[in-house]
Amino acid sequence: MADIRSFDDTGEARFGDYVQLLKPRVMSLVVFTALAGLLVAPVSLHPVEAFAAVLFIALGAGASGALNMWWDADIDAVMRRTRGRPIPSGRVQPGEALGLGLALSGIAVVMLALATNALAAALLAFTIFFYAVVYSMWLKRSTPQNIVIGGAAGAFPPMIGWVAATGSVSVEAWLMFMLIFMWTPPHFWALALFMKSDYGDAKVPMLTETHGRKATRAHVWWYTLALVPFALALGLTSIGGPVYLTASVVLNAGFLMGAWRIWRRDEAQAEADGYKVEKQVFRFSLYYLFLHFCALLADAALRAWGAF
Amino acid sequence: MAFRPDHELHRRRFGRNLGLGLVLAAFVVLVFALTVVKVTRGDPMQAFDHTTRPEMAPATDGTEAGQ
Repeated sequence: MADIRSFDDTGEARFGDYVQLLKPRVMSLVVFTALAGLLVAPVSLHPVEAFAAVLFIALGAGASGALNMWWDADIDAVMRRTRGRPIPSGRVQPGEALGLGLALSGIAVVMLALATNALAAALLAFTIFFYAVVYSMWLKRSTPQNIVIGGAAGAFPPMIGWVAATGSVSVEAWLMFMLIFMWTPPHFWALALFMKSDYGDAKVPMLTETHGRKATRAHVWWYTLALVPFALALGLTSIGGPVYLTASVVLNAGFLMGAWRIWRRDEAQAEADGYKVEKQVFRFSLYYLFLHFCALLADAALRAWGAF
Repeated sequence: MAFRPDHELHRRRFGRNLGLGLVLAAFVVLVFALTVVKVTRGDPMQAFDHTTRPEMAPATDGTEAGQ
């Protein structure tokens, strides 16, 4: 592009801007859950293969992040939180983000197939498609349930890690998927309750805007209730163990209690104490997911040492 | 015979080029490591192509016609 900006020393993209397109914070979560799925699987990969598998799963997630930034550049330009992203700030051209996203998607899928197996690669391709097309293009701007269905994209990595190691999808992989899938809505809506966002200006339907805060509070409770059986059931499969079951019972009790408190409060109470409960529950939900996967890893380690 | 000084563009983009170079070098190392692992473990490294590869055919007990 013969843009005047390209002759200006301040506005040019640096290497870090292209890294930002891949949403590195999301990638770090994907690395953790994919690695967990891979390590708890009964089949172990060679360390080089395992490293490559996790790397290319994360790269695929990053590629879908770049495609999302390309598609959502108009929304990002309106919202304060995202205004500084590489495309709305003008440092990266939209076409560059599209090209980078497509190229990295191809590399990630092909390399995952070569490093592990075709099913894992197919699942990764589907995840990229799901996040970039189903979530970003179809759902995000059309329904307040966007976060529910879009959560599936974030739920695939542990399943892909599992399939990379074992070559097939099993009940354990489905339950790890469901754990993240069902966790996403209450986690996100707890955040939406206390974050003063400008999704309204960007015309993105959020539950708090379309159905009100009272309905969002009820949603947090009912979705948390629906999450619990999946979280506990994972402990009864072959990858569960005493650490997971103990942690899961405690964490689910805590999450349920928090969701109940959110549901029983009204806006006046919440405003009075500065959304204290909502912030607590949001923070707790982060630990909830992290510790569930840590517990799975702990049980896998104990099993490897022959503790049970 | 003095070299001309670097064009300003090359100095400005040095960070980008260095970053991409390191990423590509790491990719080469990873593909090589994967290859070594797969070859030393004896994963199937051949596939059927346009010529007949008798060694690719499923093993038999050696009693077929022609043996």
